Amino acid sequence: MSSSGEGALPIPGAPSARRSSTRSAARPPAAAGARAARRRQLGVRAIALGYLALLLLGPVAMIFYRTFEHGISPVLNAATTPSATHAFWLSLEIVAIAVPLNTIFGIGMALLLERGRFWGKAALGVLIDLPFAISPVVVGLSLVLVYGKTGWLGDWLAEQGIQVIFSVPGMVLATAVVSLPFVVRETMPVLRELGVDAEQAAETLGASPWQTFLRITLPGIRWGVVYGVVLTTARALGEFGAVSIVSGRIEEQTQTLPLFVQDRFENFDSTGAYTAAVVLALLALGTLLAMNLLTRITRRRTEA
Amino acid sequence: MAAGRRAGFGGLRLTARGGSLLGKGLLGIYLTVLVLLPIAALLAKSSTGGLDAFWREVSNPEAVAAIKLTLIASVIVVAINAVFGTVIAWVLVRDEFPGKGIVNALIDLPFALPTIVAGVVLLALYGKDSPLGIDVAFTRAAVGLALLFVTLPFVVRSVQPVLLELDLAMEEAAASLGASPLTVLRRIVLPTLAPAIISGVALSFARAVGEFGSLVLITGNLPFKTEAGSVYIFGQIQNENLAAAAAVSVVLLLAALLVLALLTLFLRRRSQHVL
Amino acid sequence: MAIEVSHVSKRFGDFVALDDVSITVGDGALTALLGPSGSGKSTLLRIIAGLETPDQGEVVIGDEDVTNAPARTRGVGFVFQHYAPFKHMTVHDNVAFGLSVRKRPKDEIRDRVEELLGLVRLDGLAKRYPSQLSGGQLQRMALARALAVQPQVLLLDEPFGALDAQVRAELREWLRRLHEEIHVTTIFVTHDQEEAMEVAEQIVVMNRGRIEQAGAPRELYESPSNEFVMSFIGPVNRLGDAFVRPHDIQILAEADGTGTEALVERVVHLGFEVRVELKLHDGREIWAQVTREVAQELELREGQILSVRLPAPRVFAS
Repeated sequence: MSSSGEGALPIPGAPSARRSSTRSAARPPAAAGARAARRRQLGVRAIALGYLALLLLGPVAMIFYRTFEHGISPVLNAATTPSATHAFWLSLEIVAIAVPLNTIFGIGMALLLERGRFWGKAALGVLIDLPFAISPVVVGLSLVLVYGKTGWLGDWLAEQGIQVIFSVPGMVLATAVVSLPFVVRETMPVLRELGVDAEQAAETLGASPWQTFLRITLPGIRWGVVYGVVLTTARALGEFGAVSIVSGRIEEQTQTLPLFVQDRFENFDSTGAYTAAVVLALLALGTLLAMNLLTRITRRRTEA
Repeated sequence: MAAGRRAGFGGLRLTARGGSLLGKGLLGIYLTVLVLLPIAALLAKSSTGGLDAFWREVSNPEAVAAIKLTLIASVIVVAINAVFGTVIAWVLVRDEFPGKGIVNALIDLPFALPTIVAGVVLLALYGKDSPLGIDVAFTRAAVGLALLFVTLPFVVRSVQPVLLELDLAMEEAAASLGASPLTVLRRIVLPTLAPAIISGVALSFARAVGEFGSLVLITGNLPFKTEAGSVYIFGQIQNENLAAAAAVSVVLLLAALLVLALLTLFLRRRSQHVL
Repeated sequence: MAIEVSHVSKRFGDFVALDDVSITVGDGALTALLGPSGSGKSTLLRIIAGLETPDQGEVVIGDEDVTNAPARTRGVGFVFQHYAPFKHMTVHDNVAFGLSVRKRPKDEIRDRVEELLGLVRLDGLAKRYPSQLSGGQLQRMALARALAVQPQVLLLDEPFGALDAQVRAELREWLRRLHEEIHVTTIFVTHDQEEAMEVAEQIVVMNRGRIEQAGAPRELYESPSNEFVMSFIGPVNRLGDAFVRPHDIQILAEADGTGTEALVERVVHLGFEVRVELKLHDGREIWAQVTREVAQELELREGQILSVRLPAPRVFAS
C-alpha cells in the first residue's frame, strides 16, 4: 500500500507536474508498495491508450492507409475531378463568409456581455449557446421553416428574388448558425481578464471609443479571438447535417466537401470518398496544430 | 474601491462595439436571423395542429424506435465516457510517456473532424473490409461506436483542468491520516472531479442526442434497428413531413436541454456545499 | 485649474457611495482624499475624472462645468492603482499614446516622450515592455503617460497601494518633488493616513460617502472635528468617550501625586519609538509612546508600577 499520498492511480515516473519534487521526496522506499503502484500506473496507462488506439488512432491511421493503398495517382485523380474541386472551393467560399461574420458578431457580443449592464444577459447567453445543444439536422429544419419556400419568410424572399434554401446563401446561414458560439465563448474570459482599467486610461488620454477599441481592446483580446476563429473555422468546414438539409445536395452546385464525401460513398466511389475524407482530415489535423500552438502561446504570455 | 470597480464595468462607458445603439441593433438582428427566428419557427411548427397532432407524430412507431435508440445509446455512451474520459484525463495529467503531447492534441480530433469523415474513418477499421475482421456496419453497435467517437473530447477536456489544479496536498493529507489509495480515490479525488465529470457528461449527452453525420454511413439507417432520432428527422424532411420532423426535433431538443438543466442545477447545489 | 465639486451624490443600486459631497481644490494644490474602504473617495475621484457621472451635483474644473462631459474632453490625467499599462505596447508607445491619439507629429511626440521619460527617470527603458518593468517603474510610466498630454488636473487612485513599502516611500517623496516642479492641480486617493500627512498640502477625510473634515495635515491632527478624524489620523487611546494621544501620556520618573498609578504590561521596542502598554488601576488599558531615551532613563520593564499623567482628554459631542 503506497503511503506517498498519490492515490490508487498512477504516480508519475518523471516529474511532470510542478509538485513532483515534493512527491518523490514523500515517497518511502517501500519496494513492494512502489512496484504495485508502478504496475497500476502502467495498467491504467494501457487502458487509456488502448481505448484511444481503438477508437481514435486506429481508424484515422486506417483511413490514410486505405486512401494511399494503391498509390498516390488515383488519389490525385480523384482530388482533381471537377466535382471534387468545386466542392472544395465551395466549402472554402462558405467558410470565408461565415467565419468573418461570426467573428465580428462574436467580438461584439463578448463586449456586450462582459462590459454591458442590462437585464437578460443569461437569456442571451443561452441563445448563443443553443447551437451547441441542437442537432445540426434540427438547425437545418428550423432554417427551412423560416427561409424555405413554405417558410415564414418564404413568400417575402420569393418576392425579393432571393433564394436562400437550396442555394449557397442558405448554406452560409446554416454554417454560421452551427459555428456561432465559439468566438463569443473564447473572447469573453480574455475580455474579463483584460479588465477595464487600460480602456479607461485610454479614455482619459483622449482616445475616442473607436480608437480605444482598435488600439487597446482588440490587441488585448487577440489571442482569444484567434483561438475562437480557429474553432469556428474547423466547425464550419466540417459541417454536414445542417448544410445537407438546406443545400438540396445538387452536385457541382451545392455540394460542400463533406457532402461530397457522402455522395461519393453512396456511389461506391471509395477512392473519391477517401480522398475527400483525407483532405478534410488533414485540414482537421491542421486545426489541431493551430489550437495546440495557440494554447502554448497564450500560456507563455500569461506566465510572462 | 469595489463600488468604483463595479461602476467601471460599463455603466455608460462601453467601448466602441456594443456601445452604440446601432451596434447593439446589428448584433440583435444577426442573432434573430440565425437563432431566434428559426427556433421560434421550429416550436411553432411542432405545435401546429395542437397537442394531438404533436402526439401523433411523436408516437409513430418508427419515431418512437428512433427516439428510444438515440436516448438509450446516448445514456450508455455517456456512461462509458464518464469512466474512460476520466481515466484518459488522469493519464494525460498525471502520467508521463513519450508522445504524450501528441496524444493530448489528438483528443480534440473528433471535434475538429467533420462528422461524415468520422463515419468513413470508423467504417474503415470496423466495417466491411476491416483488417480486424470486425464488421459492425449496420448494427446498433455501430451507433454506439460513432457516438463514442464524437463525444470523446468532452469529459476529457472537462476533467483535465480540474485535475491539474487538484491540490496534491489533499491527497497526501488523506494518506497521512491512514487512507488507502482506493479510499483516497473514492473520497477525495472523485468527489473533487465530480462536477467536471458531470459537466462533461452533460455536454456529451447533448452532442450524442443530436449527432447525425457520423451515423449516416456506418449504421445504414435501418428503421427500427439502427435509425437514430436525427436520421429519422432527416428522413421526414426529405419526405416533406416538416411537422413530423419538427415534433420529433422538439422531443430531442427537450431531452438535451432537460439533461443540461438538471445537471447544471445539480452542480450548482453541490457547489453551494463545497464552497 | 481649481476644482469645485458641489453637492455631489452617487449611488450604486442600494449602496450610497457619495452623499451630498462638496469640496474645493485650489489651483496647483496637492490634495489627498483620505478614508477607509467604502468611504467614497475613489468614486469621488472618478467623478472628477469623468469616469463616473454623479446622480446629483456639479463638477467644475477651471470655470467649465464638466459634470456631464466625458472623460476624454476634460483634460484630466488619471493614474490607476494597478497602473493600467498597455501591455502590448512599449514604454515609449505607452507614454506617447495620448499624443498619438491627438495626431501630433512624430518628432514632437518623440521629443516629448524623451523629456518625460527623463523626468520620471525611466530613460533607456523606452523600448521595454510593461511585463519587463517593476511596479515602481510601471507607476512612473503611468505618470509620464498621464502628464504627456499636459493635463490641467492630475488624479491618482491609490497610486502606491500595490507597491512595496520601500518603493512606496520613495515614490511618495518623488511625487511631492514632482509637484513642486510641475504645479499641476493634483488629487490623490489613499487609505494610508501617513501617506496623506506626508505628501499632501490639504487632506479631505472621508467616511461612508461623506466628508468628515478638510484642511491642512497639521490642522486635522491637532484639531480634529470629530472622533472619526481623530482616530483615523494618528494613533489614539480611547477611554470611554474621551480620546488621548499616546505620546501625550507622560510617564513620570517619580510619583508626585499628580499622576495615576499604572502597571506596565508590555514594553515594545520599535526602533526609535517605544510603545508601553499600561493598565490603569481601574482596569482600563492604554498605551503610551515614548522615545528610546526616555524608556532607557525610566528603565521601563514589564511588571513595573509607575505613575502616569494623562492630558486633558478630548471629547466630541455626539
